[in-house]
Amino acid sequence: MSITYLDAIREAQDRALQDDPRVFIYGQDVGAFGGAFKATKNLAAKYPGRVIDAPISEDAMVGSAIGAAIEGMRPIIEMQFADFSTVGFNQMVNHAATLYWRTGVPCPITIRLPSGGTSGGGPFHSQSLETIYAHFPGIVVMTPATVEDAYGMLLSAVAIDDPVIFCEHKYLYYHLKAASLPTESLPIGKARIARQGRDLTVVTYSAMVHECLAAAEVARDEGYEVEIVDLRTIKPLDTDTVVASVARTGRLLCVGEAWPWGGVTAEVIARVTAEAFDLLDAPPQRLNAKDTPVPYHPNLWAAHRPTAQSVAQSMLRLLRL
Amino acid sequence: MLPTAVSNDPLAGVAEFRDQFIRAYGFMLHARLLDERLASLYRSGKIFGGVFLGRGQEALSAGLGVCLRQGDVFAPLIRDAAGRLAFGEQMVDSIRTYLGSPLGPMRSRDGNVHRGRPKEGLLPMISHLGAMISVVNGMLMARRMQKRLGTSVGAACLGEGGTSTGAFHEALNQAGIERLPLVMVVANNHYAYSTPTSRQFACKNLVDRAVGYGFEGHSVDGTDLGECLETLQKAVDNARSGRGPQLVVARLLRLCGHGEHDDASYIDPRLKQSDVGRDCLEIAEQRLVGEGWLSEDEISRSRSELLTSIDDTISTVQRESAPNASSESWQALSTMSLRDTSSGTEMA
Repeated sequence: MSITYLDAIREAQDRALQDDPRVFIYGQDVGAFGGAFKATKNLAAKYPGRVIDAPISEDAMVGSAIGAAIEGMRPIIEMQFADFSTVGFNQMVNHAATLYWRTGVPCPITIRLPSGGTSGGGPFHSQSLETIYAHFPGIVVMTPATVEDAYGMLLSAVAIDDPVIFCEHKYLYYHLKAASLPTESLPIGKARIARQGRDLTVVTYSAMVHECLAAAEVARDEGYEVEIVDLRTIKPLDTDTVVASVARTGRLLCVGEAWPWGGVTAEVIARVTAEAFDLLDAPPQRLNAKDTPVPYHPNLWAAHRPTAQSVAQSMLRLLRL
Repeated sequence: MLPTAVSNDPLAGVAEFRDQFIRAYGFMLHARLLDERLASLYRSGKIFGGVFLGRGQEALSAGLGVCLRQGDVFAPLIRDAAGRLAFGEQMVDSIRTYLGSPLGPMRSRDGNVHRGRPKEGLLPMISHLGAMISVVNGMLMARRMQKRLGTSVGAACLGEGGTSTGAFHEALNQAGIERLPLVMVVANNHYAYSTPTSRQFACKNLVDRAVGYGFEGHSVDGTDLGECLETLQKAVDNARSGRGPQLVVARLLRLCGHGEHDDASYIDPRLKQSDVGRDCLEIAEQRLVGEGWLSEDEISRSRSELLTSIDDTISTVQRESAPNASSESWQALSTMSLRDTSSGTEMA
């Protein structure tokens, strides 16, 4: 039996609904239809009244989740695409994120954002918006890269007493498989060494972990061993694990699918240069998507975001500096 | 044939109305006097941010507050000092929040009208208009899922300007779909800051929107406390009895600036002289005295007692210590272990 990344998300929601009567799911088409990606397939029938179709009203979806959380519930909001979360942005960053700080009342809501590019997705079904949510205080931002993390971290997201933006990558939904669901996972906020190496540290997250792993094989053929750090959560950001890796390798490349201005890759480089400048043997580098909207045609899309090939080129350039 | 009496004592309903009128008037007067004191504190530079008064809207606000009861949800807006008091907010919460006291419900972190106690059903508004309505919806939906909704209702207040937001539309549509016991009270005070209604909406009357959302709609003269009480009681009772969401639109005029920084010179003098420009507090007092429910002496005594209590509370709060930045937790998450230790905030 093999379990996909998408299965893991559905299984985690099934388990959360099973284990905790405070959990409910609210989003467009999540009920009998089972969701645009089938992440809630069969859950409405299994948990009557707890998997609820929402109107196309992202602001009201998040606002009502905040209200439900005040009343002791643990809502999971499914945004149909991460791109549409911008319609609910105000409630997320100005309301959910400030509630605990302003009032002392926690706001345990999980907002699932089907994120990132897929072939043919185009400008409004492809965005990686983790950076903008991480910018705001009062929010945890998760970016799972594996089937195991998709499952374990979503369960953690529901259990955490704070708003969690759960950026699940659509490209991994069907491609990524595991033999079974995990029984335990790393603590939230802790990065994972996805591959050990001595010559270069690559810090990445979400679907880019897999592009970087493939690129590391190219570098190996050239005689280099690349260490890959999967951040898992971008907020909090596990600077200690990153710095410890840079201490071993002396070189840093940050790779992200989001746009280059600001963002996770810039944040990691800022922290490493501020806290561990003397560990660096070469200027830290980063690789992001191009600074345009995400294009529709596969030829353009493949060139827009980092791929194993472009990551490998960046790795080798930095290794030869 | 004589009509059948609905009550054994035809005067019982009158007495009940009189008592509610007197109660509501008490909150109106309290709010007006508290507002005036806050305005003078503002003018003497004792308040850090703005001061936003409810002058001219007290009848609507108090009228709603006295129709709500413990266990209901209330999301007031910036001109609802009267409704807050009627709902049970302590005056000291208001003064502490205006003066930034760490002992207030917002602990110096938020100010003025941005105050509340969510666990007691009183929501602290964010500044983005219309945002509170779906939060009320969510509280009611949660209670229904938890099978403890009972006969509780949720009330949300907004001005006519707030009805132009997407959040208002989304939330009303949501409440209609879910058939929630929501009472949406819109105070059409004719200006959103300086913007007149002609630049805010094109429909003839905002209450006409009720049908589009699946709400029952009610119009009311917001300057007349008696009419406000009757209309709001009906709307709240409808919601309590399972008739679904209610929209109440009140006609009135803001008898002050948007905030105390605003001289409101843009308000059309013809509106001030028209019926909507009447002062609801004066009209309520005329009725109280005219009906013989309260004497002018009793009103005057209430006024001086309230002023003493307001001034005492202000003095007490002014003696409270200011927040200390070095003992502030600077922690936005409730989960300490998930705090992000950024290098960009202070030198290690």
